[in-house]
Amino acid sequence: MSLETHALGWTTGRTVVLQDISLTVRPGETLGLIGPNGSGKSTLLRLMAGLLRPSTGHVELEGRPLAALPRREIAQRIAWVAQQADTSDRITARDAVELGRTPWLSANDPWSPADDAIVKGALGDVGMGDLAARQWCTLSGGERQRVHIARALAQRASVLLLDEPTNHLDVHHQLSILSLVRRLPLTSVVALHDLNHALGCDRVAVLKAGRLLALGPPREILTPELMRGVFDVCAHILTDPADGAPVLRIHPIH
Amino acid sequence: MTEAAARASRLPRPSRALLTCAVLAAALVAGISIGETRIPPLTVLQALANRLFGAGLPLDPMDEGIIWNYRLTRALVAACCGAGLAVSGVVLQALLRNPLADPYIMGISAGASTGAVAVTIAGFGAGALSLSMGAFGGAVLAFALVALLARAAGGSVGGRGAVQIVLAGIAGSQLFNALTSFIITKSANADQARGIMFWLLGNLSGVRWHDVALAVPVALAGVALCAAHARALDAFTFGSDSAAALGVPVRRVQAVLIGASALLTAVMVSMVGSIGFVGLVIPHAARLLVGVRHARLIPAAALSGAVFLVTADILSRVIVPGQVLPIGVITALVGAPAFALILIRGQDRR
Repeated sequence: MSLETHALGWTTGRTVVLQDISLTVRPGETLGLIGPNGSGKSTLLRLMAGLLRPSTGHVELEGRPLAALPRREIAQRIAWVAQQADTSDRITARDAVELGRTPWLSANDPWSPADDAIVKGALGDVGMGDLAARQWCTLSGGERQRVHIARALAQRASVLLLDEPTNHLDVHHQLSILSLVRRLPLTSVVALHDLNHALGCDRVAVLKAGRLLALGPPREILTPELMRGVFDVCAHILTDPADGAPVLRIHPIH
Repeated sequence: MTEAAARASRLPRPSRALLTCAVLAAALVAGISIGETRIPPLTVLQALANRLFGAGLPLDPMDEGIIWNYRLTRALVAACCGAGLAVSGVVLQALLRNPLADPYIMGISAGASTGAVAVTIAGFGAGALSLSMGAFGGAVLAFALVALLARAAGGSVGGRGAVQIVLAGIAGSQLFNALTSFIITKSANADQARGIMFWLLGNLSGVRWHDVALAVPVALAGVALCAAHARALDAFTFGSDSAAALGVPVRRVQAVLIGASALLTAVMVSMVGSIGFVGLVIPHAARLLVGVRHARLIPAAALSGAVFLVTADILSRVIVPGQVLPIGVITALVGAPAFALILIRGQDRR
């Protein structure tokens, strides 16, 4: 499923949050979105999900402008997970995941055993199968985040937009969520703040002050010069002697 | 899901619907039979059989008249108001993501009061308008102003919109309450002030068949419209952005449902005055009974609201012998402690 942005910009009041973002998300790839705080990562994801109306430019899904598609059709193709979303309602983890089936249900297509199976599978994928009956208010931050991701999976969309999905997770679940995202036969765009996680993506897009600075495979893009210019740090890619995997070593500029 | 919800859901659907109808029917019969002059429930059923099915049973025509023209209309309108206000409360709490939202939060009750005093005391409309018409006009006007203000404050954007509507509603309510006080102090005599006070706290005594003919279709249509949007309302669990990402056309759903609850409330208030606490307490009580999913919550709230208001109406007629209390006094006296209990119980379960 192809997702493209054309000269995309978003302005609120007099603040230009994003400008002139043109990129193509390739079918099946995992695209990492990196940049300092306030660089526009979340806004770009919201624009891609059709939750915000662009001030300039437009987003295209399979060659059709997103603005021309009904919300329901967008939701059948694109799933979005917020950085943080909470509720005071007394719902279980399973209830929260069942919401993911919303775009597929109607009066003619009521809840069916197939939906039950999808919800069960999604809970299992994020390792929450045993906690499905737990009340939302008893879940930890990391467990809630995994339930949100399970809801997005239950949506059975082909594009997954995740806003810093590893934020509240312990290190084990950070790795398992990211490897799950990479393993799934889906197109994913993931905003990340841990640069080592970005190394595992197929490509990374680097944002600074609302502009797209670079786009490409992480090992080519994450050069010491770029890291210094964007994040104000000294960084080198090293190779782990155990398996030859790249590792970023980061330290402050003296 | 609560224990009660689990138990309720184990009942097969048809028997749940039957149980619902039976509870409502029992409340209506009680509402007709209890009052200043007690009428045995059997007489009530006989009178209904005569009128509805032409049974031709021998009854005192006086009793039959009281039952058919006064008590039944009163009970039916009370049930419709209870159902309408409770469902409006459910919808607003879900859409505005605010557990304190109730149908009056949009300035409707304040606007209705202003409309009522403008017609009855300030003589607006030169006698061509009735109190109900004035109240309805005031309610709709107040809601329109609040909606415009919320919109001007950026109220339709994302999750922040909910706060703007609540704040705009508070501003609108204060304005219209001030106008009401202004009109009363400027032009009303003591008798008029007392009369309008009675209406403001809720009054079902003037209710007749033409009110039933309005209340029943409006309540049924309102509840049906909200029930048809049950899944969309569920999708608001994590806020309006999340609802949009789940495929809900957020702006349209908000406009339709908030507009519908405003109209529903305006119609009810124009008939019986502003009865507080139903739209606030009943949704929370219904959630404890059947859980938060709207497919069950909306019918449950409609039924509980109807039964609650019919019961409150009975209490208002029997608590002080020889005198009818404003029904709003009863709903607040019962509702406030009930709300406190719900708050404390909700805390325990965390």
